[in-house]
Order: sequence, then structure tokens, then C-alpha cells
Amino acid sequence: MAAGTLASARIGVVTFPGSLDDRDAARAVRLSGAEPVALWHADTDLRGVDAVVLPGGFSYGDYLRCGAIARFAPVMTEVVDAARAGLPVLGICNGFQILCEAHLLPGALIRNDHRTFVCRDQELRVESTATAWTGDFAANEVVTIPLKNGEGGYVADARTLDALEGEGRVVFRYVGRNPNGSHRDIAGIANEAGNVVGLMPHPEHAVEAGFGPDGARGPRTGVDGLRFFTSVLHSLVAAR
Amino acid sequence: MARVVVEVMPKPEILDPQGKAVARALPRLGFTGISEVRQGKRFEIEVDGEATAEVLADVRRAAETLLSNPVIEDVVRVAPIEDLA
Repeated sequence: MAAGTLASARIGVVTFPGSLDDRDAARAVRLSGAEPVALWHADTDLRGVDAVVLPGGFSYGDYLRCGAIARFAPVMTEVVDAARAGLPVLGICNGFQILCEAHLLPGALIRNDHRTFVCRDQELRVESTATAWTGDFAANEVVTIPLKNGEGGYVADARTLDALEGEGRVVFRYVGRNPNGSHRDIAGIANEAGNVVGLMPHPEHAVEAGFGPDGARGPRTGVDGLRFFTSVLHSLVAAR
Repeated sequence: MARVVVEVMPKPEILDPQGKAVARALPRLGFTGISEVRQGKRFEIEVDGEATAEVLADVRRAAETLLSNPVIEDVVRVAPIEDLA
């Protein structure tokens, strides 16, 4: 990152065939004050970005399993290596599924237990502010982020779930009702280092008044999602 | 040219919503006496040459890396198609 200002941060947004929310993610990056950099699934380098967002959608048509084919896209070799070296990576919805398939995060996402697609403004409790993407939240704060998925049920074996909870790596939990049958109400998790975060809800859809979920100040005023993106900018500045 | 079948099933402890939906639909059509349905995947893979032990081992590796996710699924069968009675 040049010059040391937040505005000089460059955040890559990967587009796979079938990605849907790449433009929204790029817009969220811009609204947070950074420069979005479009990355393509067939790219073999990350163009020197300071962080990467894997956006939502249905990469490769969700064929085989959600994220299973995207995980082997050329760009993912670079993303996996960079993530293991500490590059902040955020996986949103399909991006979360890809991170699990790529083994950057443990567990897997399966079809919602009620078998129907869900689309709602979802309350989440922030359970860890110690990640690259959640430092601007308050611990245990409840935020509202849109959720839209058909295969959002987070599953892992009991040992993995215990480890995630014991190590403080459950980053978000669903509040109110569990919308998809996720084990232990888990909505999002982090890797051990905290630079890789995946969640099913869509923070990029809650970044600008007039377009987000209903908020305390009125209909469509919710902008809780913006803090994912400002968090990573602050973590990048702190890491310099 | 030989064909190899790979079968993948959701692990027994993993919820299978699709299987459950099918199981619930069957009695409505008069199919009674069915207590559970679990839905998996079957792949038919065409390989060059004979389905030798080496080829089958290769296919099994493919099955375990791409065709299935070991967190939620088991590879329950890798077999040349002529062996399937």
C-alpha cells in the first residue's frame, strides 16, 4: 500500500463465472474509502492488492457443490498462498463456501435445513473483533446484515466446532432464529490468524443509506456492513 | 475405453434435506413402508484404456479431491462399470 492513507489501499474483488455480487462488493470497497481492483477467476496474480474479497453468487453454477469448482480456479492458487501468508481475505456467501472448499476455513455449507431459499435482513451477534475484518465492531454488538442463500447451513464435526469456539474463531452468530440450520447458530468464522473470514450474510448489501436493510434511523438506513470494509483498512494501516 | 462409476453419499451424521424431501413425498404417491431416503451422487467416468488398478486409484484420488468433500461426504464406491451387476 503506497503513501499510507486509507484511500491508497487496493482491495481485490474476484469475479468467477456466475459471481453475482462482485459489483456490489467493489462498490462497498469504494464507499469505505479504498480502491476496488477487479480480479478474474483465470488470473494468475493478485495485482499487488492489499486484501481480497470473494463475493457472493453461484460460481460455476454451483455445479457439483457450492464453491467446489471455483476452489480450483487459477486465481485461487494465489489467494490460498497469499491468505496463508497473512493477506486479509473475506468470503461472502458463495465466497465463504469457496473458502471452506479450499480448506482455508474448516467445515462446509450444506442445503438449508428447511430446504427453501431464504432472503431476509438478519441480526447477527459480533463474537470476535480480533479479525482483520471486524475490528471496527464492538464485542457482542448486534448488527443487521442481509442474508440470502439456499445452501447456508454451516456444518462441522463436534471437535472442530469446539475448537472454533475455544479459540474465539466464531466471528458471527445468528440472533433470533437460526435461518438455515447452521450448527451452533454459526454465521461466520475466521482462520487461526484472523486474516481470513467467511460468513453467509452479505455485508456489501448494507453499506449505503437508501439501499440497505431497515435500521434504527428508519427504513433502509442500515449500513452495518460498511464496517467490514473500514475494519480491514484500519487493520492494514495498523499492520504497516 | 472403460467406464468407472464413482458414488458419493452424504455422511450418515450430516443432515440430507433433499433425501428428507423425497422421503416425505413418497407416501403421498402411495409408496408406504419407506422409512428413510438419502440422496447421493453417481458419476460415470470414461477413462482411456483399461480400468487397471492404477487407473482406479487415480479415479479414487479424483473422487476424494474434487468429486466429494470429505467434511460432509463419503466416497462409497469406485468400480469399473462392467463389475456392477
